Amino acid sequence: MVKTEKKCTCGGVAASDAENHARLAQVIQEYQNKPGALIPVLQIAQALFGYLPKDVLRTISEGLNEPYSRVFGVVTFYSFFSQVPRGKYVIRVCMGTACYVRGGQAVLTALEQELKISVGQTTPDRVFSLDVGRCFGACGLAPAVMVNDDVHQFVQPGQIKDILAQYRKPTA
Amino acid sequence: MKKTPKALATAADLDARRASINTETKDKIFMCAGGGCIASGAMAVKTALLAELKKHKLDKTVSIVETGCMGPCSGGPILLMGRDNVYYQHVAVADAGEIVEKHLLKGEIIERLTWKEGPKQKSVPVQSDIPFFKRQTKIVLRNCGIVDPNSLDDAIGRNGYQALSKLLTSMTPDAVIEEVKKSGLRGRGGAGFPTHIKWAAARQSPGAVKYVLCNADEGDPGAFMDRSVLEGDPHSVIEGMLIGGFAIGSSQGYVYVRAEYPLAVERLQRAIEMAREAGLLGQNILGSGYAFDLEIRKGSGAFVCGEETALMASIEGRRGEPRPRPPFPAQKGLWMKPTVLNNVETFANIPFIILNGGDAFASYGTAKSKGTKVFALAGAVNISGLVEVPVGTPLNDVVFDIAGGIKDGKSFKAAQIGGPSGGCIPAEYLNVHLDYESLNELGAIMGSGGLIVIDEDACMVDVARFFVDFVREESCGKCVPCREGTRRMLEILTRICNGQGEMADLERLSTLGTSIKSTSLCGLGQTAANPVLSTLRHFMDEYKAHILDKKCPAGKCTKLVTYDIDAEACVGCTACARRCPVACIAGVAKGIHVIDQKVCTRCGTCYDVCKFKAVRRNGKSK
Ligand SMILES: Cc1cc2nc3c(=O)[nH]c(=O)nc-3n(C[C@H](O)[C@H](O)[C@H](O)COP(=O)(O)O)c2cc1C
Ligand code: FES
Repeated sequence: MVKTEKKCTCGGVAASDAENHARLAQVIQEYQNKPGALIPVLQIAQALFGYLPKDVLRTISEGLNEPYSRVFGVVTFYSFFSQVPRGKYVIRVCMGTACYVRGGQAVLTALEQELKISVGQTTPDRVFSLDVGRCFGACGLAPAVMVNDDVHQFVQPGQIKDILAQYRKPTA
Repeated sequence: MKKTPKALATAADLDARRASINTETKDKIFMCAGGGCIASGAMAVKTALLAELKKHKLDKTVSIVETGCMGPCSGGPILLMGRDNVYYQHVAVADAGEIVEKHLLKGEIIERLTWKEGPKQKSVPVQSDIPFFKRQTKIVLRNCGIVDPNSLDDAIGRNGYQALSKLLTSMTPDAVIEEVKKSGLRGRGGAGFPTHIKWAAARQSPGAVKYVLCNADEGDPGAFMDRSVLEGDPHSVIEGMLIGGFAIGSSQGYVYVRAEYPLAVERLQRAIEMAREAGLLGQNILGSGYAFDLEIRKGSGAFVCGEETALMASIEGRRGEPRPRPPFPAQKGLWMKPTVLNNVETFANIPFIILNGGDAFASYGTAKSKGTKVFALAGAVNISGLVEVPVGTPLNDVVFDIAGGIKDGKSFKAAQIGGPSGGCIPAEYLNVHLDYESLNELGAIMGSGGLIVIDEDACMVDVARFFVDFVREESCGKCVPCREGTRRMLEILTRICNGQGEMADLERLSTLGTSIKSTSLCGLGQTAANPVLSTLRHFMDEYKAHILDKKCPAGKCTKLVTYDIDAEACVGCTACARRCPVACIAGVAKGIHVIDQKVCTRCGTCYDVCKFKAVRRNGKSK
């Protein structure tokens, strides 16, 4: 595989902006005549860009022939969609019932204090974003915290520093 | 390499295919690859096992089958040895060598990894002897933990698509609906509406285009039954939908899966593709002329989209806001066409009912609620995971006999059933039968099957506040009672948790709750007050303790809690000071530590990390 130099440093986004826009155009083409295409297209776009910036929403609105207001309305309704860039690692603390009764809130508080951000925010260095989740289906392993796709189980507030350190480690 | 088997053109082809499948299990190791076990490191165990098999030249004869959820998630990673049905739990990478050398080659059982039962921790090696499994009745989960969800042959080998083949060759749509009626099946998505009534209504609705929808939104936090069925046995759900489509006269279905379940989406997608390749989805299925196809739609993180009209709005690409009914989906549903919407578990029951007859299904359960129900057990129980029991089984049996009772020797305080729409059942009703009517009487609901066990450490006012906060956040905002009412309830509950409540607040909560219940547009608001009303009913003393004594008996409400360090017990290990997230603990190594009360946020970290019981909560040590 050939690796190309990339200027962009926005955590983990592999392809260039132009490549993403080209891909988005293709996706819009594919979905154009499908009923109910808006949400699947937004989901793919968010996976491509990492979030949904205004120009992307505009492209989708024009491509699918949906009023911008409707696209915007949908984006703001669903919590999965983000209009701001996220950190390299998105930490999601489960606030589902099982995790809550097993101490999820204390884990969240400890994370907020440690990262000095609150839920929905991203650290200034764009390494971590903090979110809450509503059950990952890992309830038997409560309280659970997801860092991107890794599930950490039986997390105690006292372990937060160690967990974060695993991700903070500068990778060579 | 196996060659791709040819498509199944007729029912006879399906029979031939089934006959050709080797269902022998003796050279197989079944490994749970459910979401929980993957999180516990199952895949690394698999890699290690494969390497060991290779080392002993067994890799050609012994295979590892990745199955869906086997049930006891807290025991993961889990293996079931096909040769003798021995069950191993908490398997680590380092155990792989021993499993191959001792178990496979010498037939010796590794005691260290077997199931332990009772206070004496007696070893019970064989799965079918273990009470957790023995006491369950599996209809929905009949294939979960046994088949590889990525193998169509595994499904066919266990009678998959046999019910479809039966109805395509010998049944009319009316006969199918009649059989479902006889079974007494009620929807498993929460409300318990009789499935056959929905199907008959959609069948009678005029129109050439109709839809079958499967609700896999599973928004109830603490519930993971639907996820496990989709991850462990997707073909049963596909077959159930095929049967539903045949019954109402539909040729297109959608499965709406929540965004948080990527693995379920992946496995279901693969299963749909395999079924399509084999000719079990698409045109002219099994040569019968029946056509049906399926598509997955992913949610985007909105709880209300589990509500049927909101779910349809979401598939149509709009904001997931519910609308008033009538018209009911059976008349005007997705894109205004007649639509049937059922839950994952409801569909997974259907093939069993068609294949074995409605009477066979109705032989389980109570007079008014038939069949079995899958519960997702979590919280303060020893064995958390998935459990399937006949409807009407006493709560006590599930929590104590199957799930092994309460963790760490603590006492049972309540069981929360039905999630944000449900309620809490206190210890005095532990003998309640888990069926729709008995639970309603206690102010809880059967719901989708999330069952969270709560021990003495949880504060019930805080639990009520948790649920109200959940519904407040998830309320779509369309109707006022739900949008504003949940906010006001949250304010009152927060006040009580902060020690600023007054007795009149209790009256306010119950009037407000009752009016939100009766005036909201959809089920979200109509049930939003249930967790509050049920805790008011069963745990009034805890509310009173917060209001009158300004005390949180469980020590959960931070404003009513203080932490301090017992100078006599503190050895100066510095663990608390190092861990304190706000650095409010002063002290040097081997010196007594002191908490600065002005800075302390009462997070409880020091209390958790102290190994010497020196940190006290409300003056009491651990
Ligand atoms: C706010 C709300 C959320 C719901 N969430 C779900 C859900 O996640 N899964 C589900 O199957 N049903 C859910 N339901 C119930 C559905 O509206 C619907 O009744 C059900 O899917 C019908 O299937 P059944 O008849 O097989 O139970 C929800 C209802 C409400 C009001
Ligand atoms: S409640 Fe946290 S994973 Fe289910």
